[in-house]
Amino acid sequence: MMSRLAKRRRRRAPDVERRIVSIADWHRPAIRRTLRTIHGVTLAFLFVVGLGPLLWLAKSAITPTQDTLRTPMALWPHGFDLSFLVTAWTETHIDHYFMNTVWIVVGCWLVQITVATSAAYALSVLRPRFGSLIMALVLATLFVPSIVLLVPLYLTVVNVPFLNISMIDTFWAVWLPAGASAFNIVIMKRFFDSLPREIFEAARVDGAGPFRLFWSIVLPMSRPIVGVVSVFAVIGEWKDYLWPLLVLRNPDLQPLSVRLPTLEPSTQLDIFLAALLISSVIPIALFLIFQRMFLRGSGLSGAIKG
Amino acid sequence: MRTWVSRDGLSTLVFLLPLLVIFGVFSWFPIGRALVMSFQETNLVSPPTWVGLNNFANVLSDPLFGTAVSNTLYFMLLALIFGYPIPLLLAVVMSEARHFKGLYSALAYLPVVIPPVVSVLLWRFFYDASPNGVFNTMLGWVGLGPFPWLQDPGTAMPSIVLEATWAAAGGTVIIYLAALLSVPTELYDAAEVDGASIWNKIWHVTLPHLRGILFITLILQFIATAQLFTEPFLFTGGGPANSTTTVLLLIYHYAFQNSLGGDYGMAAALSVMLAAFLGVFTAVYFWLTRSWSTSS
Repeated sequence: MMSRLAKRRRRRAPDVERRIVSIADWHRPAIRRTLRTIHGVTLAFLFVVGLGPLLWLAKSAITPTQDTLRTPMALWPHGFDLSFLVTAWTETHIDHYFMNTVWIVVGCWLVQITVATSAAYALSVLRPRFGSLIMALVLATLFVPSIVLLVPLYLTVVNVPFLNISMIDTFWAVWLPAGASAFNIVIMKRFFDSLPREIFEAARVDGAGPFRLFWSIVLPMSRPIVGVVSVFAVIGEWKDYLWPLLVLRNPDLQPLSVRLPTLEPSTQLDIFLAALLISSVIPIALFLIFQRMFLRGSGLSGAIKG
Repeated sequence: MRTWVSRDGLSTLVFLLPLLVIFGVFSWFPIGRALVMSFQETNLVSPPTWVGLNNFANVLSDPLFGTAVSNTLYFMLLALIFGYPIPLLLAVVMSEARHFKGLYSALAYLPVVIPPVVSVLLWRFFYDASPNGVFNTMLGWVGLGPFPWLQDPGTAMPSIVLEATWAAAGGTVIIYLAALLSVPTELYDAAEVDGASIWNKIWHVTLPHLRGILFITLILQFIATAQLFTEPFLFTGGGPANSTTTVLLLIYHYAFQNSLGGDYGMAAALSVMLAAFLGVFTAVYFWLTRSWSTSS
């Protein structure tokens, strides 16, 4: 449904549509030359600034330490060697920490999706009596800076209320708090609100209960928004540092992001750079695959989550 | 609509349960607890005791408090100077591009998806103060440097802000691009009939249309930069000579880096003060700009 909308929009706004510079101005050689230059310079700047550091990292991850230290900007003065990537993966146990990150991210994703879809379904479709109050309380958390939560949330995880257990040094300490994302619930509920009510009505007439309605109708229809929330959740959790640093004190459980700074002093530079490269591969791959999702203005989510 | 579902209250409760439990335990309860804790002496051993405003007094009399506040304000100011005009400029140029539109935005957004820890550790290497450091080598080509970057109290903070701007600018660029595409082209046509130049059009049509979004990105940037932790923590840990100790680092220091056991009360007091400041600041900001930001 979304893709059809997008297609229609694209057809209405073809590439030649004017923006600030008019079509007539585009035909004037002087203006065109200036604009071409500005665009060339901008593109070159973006290449250097956006891709440059990554390319440098990729190059340095496969060059010997001495080359990287002495002549950091030279291209392979003494050849290259892919073995650093292999060494980093196996001998520095990057594979282990990488899998920790994967487990943490998968668990957080599952919790976030479960909370967001069930809550949005309850608030948008089932509409309980106190629904608007609950939604207001969820929205209110958007306005509380995350810093306020840091210390009390840590103490909550150290001693969970009513259960009197500690979640420190378990993945639960990262998984469960991840679910409390007001942003997820807001966009999920907004999507559910836009689903046609007649379908729910028809399903009810056919004898579907609330669970059947959720599982067989609402969830399959909300695949696009679940996809958006999932990609942002995965990348967001992959980038997380402070929270796992606080609650996962056992090095065996720590994700890559927490291990990397502690590994740095004790690791050979080329192998360390290879480890840095390995830990950015997944988010970059996800970004390249789902580019559209990020670049269609939904980047705002990152700003809000801050 | 309402009648057929509310009859089945139990299943509604089942669907609401994940939200209520997760938000209750990990969001609403800790927010309330932060307020309570800031008036208590809390450690993990003995039960908390009420100490009134002692925590706030202790924070305010800490000589590092003033340093942390001025460092944070300095950071916010630098982030504003570096980070506010560049995304707008880039977005305006990019929206005029006729080829490789996707490439521009993909390149601009790429730094945003790199994990902050990776970026910081990589940039820390770029900032190597020796003449063979990456940036010093590049500046050496044009006869500049070598600069001490992170090792000098004067340049440490600007270096951190430079990296933070690099890491965050892409997100703002995408927001501006979306806003630029929503400016009706008829307005540009009309401006041309009145003989407007390209600069006139940018000044009188484009920017007024972006006004609302510019106000929002400004306040979002303020709130985000006031709470930056990973960058100063991993770049310098607050040094050299406390020149990069921010409020967040101080909170972390109170709670988690104290050899006498965490002073959670002081950390909570400082968090609450920061949150209150941001809240008041945001409210005043929206109140002051209420008449300007309604145009779009």
